[in-house]
Amino acid sequence: MINVALPKGRLGEKVYKMFAECGYECPSILENNRKLIFENEEKGVRYFWVKPSDVSIYVERGAADIGVCGKDILLEYEPDVYELLDLDIGKCRMAVAGKKDFYDDNTKTLRVATKFVNIAKTYYQEKCRDIDIIKLNGSIELAPILNLSDVIVDIVETGTTLRENDLEVKEEIVNISARLISNKASFKFKTEEIENISRLLGKKVSEND
Amino acid sequence: MEKYLKDEERITLSLRSLYSKYGYLPYKMNKFEEYDLYAKNKDFLIGDGVITFTDTSGKLLALKPDVTLSIIKNASDESGIKNKVYYNENVYRISGGTREYKEIMQTGLECIGDIDLYDAYEVVSLARKTLEAISSDYVLEISHMGIIFAILNKISDDKAFYEEALECIEKKSTHEIKAVCAKYALSAQNEALLCQLATLYGKPSDVLARLDALDSEVCFGKYLCELKTICELLCKDGDSTKIRLDFSIVNDMKYYNGFVINGYINGICECVLYGGCYDKLLQKMGKSCRGMGFAIYTDLLSQLNTAKCGYDVDTLIIYSDTTSAQAVKEATEKEIASGKSVSAQRSIPKKLRYREIIEI
Repeated sequence: MINVALPKGRLGEKVYKMFAECGYECPSILENNRKLIFENEEKGVRYFWVKPSDVSIYVERGAADIGVCGKDILLEYEPDVYELLDLDIGKCRMAVAGKKDFYDDNTKTLRVATKFVNIAKTYYQEKCRDIDIIKLNGSIELAPILNLSDVIVDIVETGTTLRENDLEVKEEIVNISARLISNKASFKFKTEEIENISRLLGKKVSEND
Repeated sequence: MEKYLKDEERITLSLRSLYSKYGYLPYKMNKFEEYDLYAKNKDFLIGDGVITFTDTSGKLLALKPDVTLSIIKNASDESGIKNKVYYNENVYRISGGTREYKEIMQTGLECIGDIDLYDAYEVVSLARKTLEAISSDYVLEISHMGIIFAILNKISDDKAFYEEALECIEKKSTHEIKAVCAKYALSAQNEALLCQLATLYGKPSDVLARLDALDSEVCFGKYLCELKTICELLCKDGDSTKIRLDFSIVNDMKYYNGFVINGYINGICECVLYGGCYDKLLQKMGKSCRGMGFAIYTDLLSQLNTAKCGYDVDTLIIYSDTTSAQAVKEATEKEIASGKSVSAQRSIPKKLRYREIIEI
């Protein structure tokens, strides 16, 4: 039995569809109820929905054998897992954004508001830029508007929220998409099953290209 | 007697006996070591954050985060001599999840000196026997830094590329390898070679055949020969399905140059055994001899679901304030003499689980 951690929300639904199309369907997951775990014994698969940022924790700690999460989560938490496949969905980018009239002249410590502390720190460390990180948990775009920060480091999908708030992308850090990850120990004891899922999903990704 | 031992204690005892049989001597080290030793070899340590303090003479000391460095420091470096030691020590490190200091029990062995191919086999074989002592459901994985380095070296001599490529290989991420190859403008042939390296995984016979084919392209014959001999001997020892070659196991190239091993136990969600051949570390520490070894983290063994006894004691003896000490003594000794465990109490403790109760 392979335990799969899926990220709650639109991305997770898309991912489940991919799994189902690869022959790992579990109809009970589509029922409208409060169940947390969905199992298809015949197909040897068990799904559970978790908060997207928790997927890597479930997989790293072995509660799930495999899971799907964004590259942003992998870069931020650096879990010790295998990153087997780029599913080429949930595409967006991690970027530095700020007010349209903001210009970083490097004369003072840059105030950076973000949910992604590790990514922001690594990015600016590589540029040897002195920064002051302001850790926020949501509504990051508010920070530069209220002068809480100079810039933000956040995920940009379409850029609509930025535009509507008079903000713009200043620098792009990295492209993000959903990745199939595996617990290292699970991979050793369920090699065939995990490699099979990865191979079928990989085929699906190529077909969608 | 064994029923009173925790899993970790039982395993530690059997490992002591195993290592002693192969001529490994016990090694006991101080809780503290001079910080300088760890500061000079910081990258060798798994994890960061060494706990330091100043001793009464003003020397900066550290609570040991590792045992290998201390063993190397004290190992003799004479031709023809092998230092074979085992240890069972607490080390102090920052725990990955909580970022707090943790005391971790580590058991392992080191073989340092004028070592040869037999010693390499012996160390890997003892790693296998160590896993066997914990559970019959294990996997021992072997990789070889010499082969990995030969392939990387053929592709490029850019150290920054090595680092990025190794990170992708370690994650078995062929999609990331493609991105790195594009970044460094590498050929499609080199990209395919790296992707092949990251996915070289499986039974020794299968992977060695694939390595044979690669050898004509890259030339790592010397290392392949070493790996073949080790695998051949190991497969003769027993169930070869538990031995796998996995070239996604990479250790720091500054220290490791030969075989690298990882061990997994079904039921434990992370690697329990780490090891390898670290000649480069010895060179860095001014020694001309070779070194190899491995360690297991016995604290992880508590994750194993072994059968638990449903009782804390066999018999709970309840006596009153008026019962004489002599009567309690006699009742207790009678139960113990019949092979039972006993707890003598004046009232029933809330959390004590007992098989039977005797009121006197």
